[in-house]
Amino acid sequence: MNELALAIPWLGKRHPAGARWVVVAIALAAPLIAILFGKTWVRILDFAMLYVMLAIGLNLVVGFAGLLDLGYIAFYAVGAYTFAFLASPHFDIHLPFWVVLPLGAGFAALAGIILGLPTLRLRGDYLAIVTLGFGEIVRIFMNNLNHPVNITNGPQGINMIDPLVLFGWDISKPVKIGEDITINSLFLYYYVFLAFVVLSVILVQRLQISRVGRAWAAIRDDELAAKAIGINTRNMKLLAFSLGATFGGVAGGLFAAFQGFVSPESFSLMESIAVLTMIVFGGMGNLAGVIVGALALTALPEVLRHVAVPVQQAVFDRVILDPEVLRMLLLSLAMILMMLLRPSGMIPAYSRYSRPELVVGKAAGEVSK
Amino acid sequence: METLLQQTVNGLVVGSVYALVALGYTMVYGILGLINFAHGDILMVGALVALEAIRLLQLHAPGLGLIPTLLAGLSVSVLVCMLLGYTIERTAYRRLRNAPRLAPLITAIGVSFLLQTIAMIIWGRNYHTFPQLVSTTPLEPVAGVFITPVQIAILVVSAVLMVALVLLVNKTRLGRAMRATAENHKVASLMGVDTNKIIAATFVIGSGLAAVAGVMFSSNYGIAHYAMGFMPGLKAFTAAVLGGIGNLGGAMLGGLVLGLVESIGAGYIEDLSFGFLNSSYQDIFAFLILGIVLIFRPTGLLGERVADRA
Repeated sequence: MNELALAIPWLGKRHPAGARWVVVAIALAAPLIAILFGKTWVRILDFAMLYVMLAIGLNLVVGFAGLLDLGYIAFYAVGAYTFAFLASPHFDIHLPFWVVLPLGAGFAALAGIILGLPTLRLRGDYLAIVTLGFGEIVRIFMNNLNHPVNITNGPQGINMIDPLVLFGWDISKPVKIGEDITINSLFLYYYVFLAFVVLSVILVQRLQISRVGRAWAAIRDDELAAKAIGINTRNMKLLAFSLGATFGGVAGGLFAAFQGFVSPESFSLMESIAVLTMIVFGGMGNLAGVIVGALALTALPEVLRHVAVPVQQAVFDRVILDPEVLRMLLLSLAMILMMLLRPSGMIPAYSRYSRPELVVGKAAGEVSK
Repeated sequence: METLLQQTVNGLVVGSVYALVALGYTMVYGILGLINFAHGDILMVGALVALEAIRLLQLHAPGLGLIPTLLAGLSVSVLVCMLLGYTIERTAYRRLRNAPRLAPLITAIGVSFLLQTIAMIIWGRNYHTFPQLVSTTPLEPVAGVFITPVQIAILVVSAVLMVALVLLVNKTRLGRAMRATAENHKVASLMGVDTNKIIAATFVIGSGLAAVAGVMFSSNYGIAHYAMGFMPGLKAFTAAVLGGIGNLGGAMLGGLVLGLVESIGAGYIEDLSFGFLNSSYQDIFAFLILGIVLIFRPTGLLGERVADRA
């Protein structure tokens, strides 16, 4: 949070304490501001929170440990489908969410370990390809495992997933306070997600400065040297990979509960790439950057959707670039341009534990292959 | 038995397309140590540009025969893709040549998606029917195996291209410079090799091969689509790893083996899994092979170089 406060331009450096309160205030008031523009924006905020969680998880893998994971959304899918299987009329199982969510996280971590074991002793590039393939395999199974035994219900997906019920309180129902004030469930979901995000941030921040976090930084900066000082690189990489997957699993479970519906379509490769772009855009290895990146790249396509489409309608009389195309264009350009022009992201990582010239992008010419 | 023979033929055809694409991956990897994610999408651009050129030709020069039309479309698409490969290397990869490894890899993914998006803007999301200028009606069956003229053409063309590439790399001055650059950039440039030029040439050759592969792929299946490059790209990469990445012969062998395993596997998957899985799972084979190779023989079938080279 300190980093997030420091990242506020002008104010952050001068009044860190004040900036911290600004961050808290924005986080708490965001949905109240969003509702002024309509309910959709609150929903977008909810999704933004999920993306923040995903970005925090992927950052653990890519930013801290330097492992490129291109199938991250598969872990999100594992979490979501676990939730869908165990808390919906599909199999007629309705377990409470505090059983299902950890289970989903556990399965995601397990998938991470199974995937990581064979690949992590090799060069990072192989991991990228294998994870890419894994993402596709998961999608193929989600799409086709509806016969002869119907497990995933194929492309139609699974419907009517149980909402989040916290201590007997169903947060998908609006809350009435007094006579005429009702709080929409979108708000409740926002604050629940926010709580999860805050929890993850605290956890990851503690992790980063722990022995494990320093080991990750060492591996990322120079694997050979890390090995030489006695770090068990394979286990550390595996830990990063499965921990990252765990975050994906939790976010997936929350997504399933929030949406009430999961289908393979939500877990396309494009989503993996989107999350990766978020952390590249914000600043790999830096929590504040990652959060800002996730928020910006969730909001920006939506803003474009509401601005670009009417503009095109007015200028050309028809929509040439539909919002989905715009989003893809934005993400892919962001990824290329950031790597070429500002490789350390909008808010570069500052870390006492890594040699600055080895942080991605800084002094590119100095490091020989 | 007839299924086996038939699937072997199909596998060889698909495999030779994979092999051509795998050559591009392996050449770039051998020289730069970079997985060029955008390579599969160059195949897609190749197919769609050829489609566009053929459509134009059929509209404006209907008198031209089928084969000349196809050849003209093919040459246009090869040229466009070579230019594209050069541009990508020049703008996106060259500046990152000495950056940490993650940077060019991420850029490559970005380029891949950018190409797909642009293709989507130009050609839309729909599947296009690719004009089948070489007949796809099977010839008289030999020993119960059906083979179409287009399949024969694919086999012949890829064989010719592979032989040409091997000759280029092993016998010409350019090839020697390429091998030297792959061995060691710095020393090669000290010996008077213009490494920048050589790396650009590698991208150009690889992209040209991908364009041919794209046209063959689309001619065989009769469709073209903005996202069609993804799967063949992934599989060709698998083929390159299977054969030993950085090794030309390995890429060819890997492509053929992968094609065979995939198509024979798809023919028998239903029996093997007692009807539980069907041929919609045929894409899994590539990943299974990739996993198995990486666990047991990460250097690939023919690879001598250690995977941890750079």
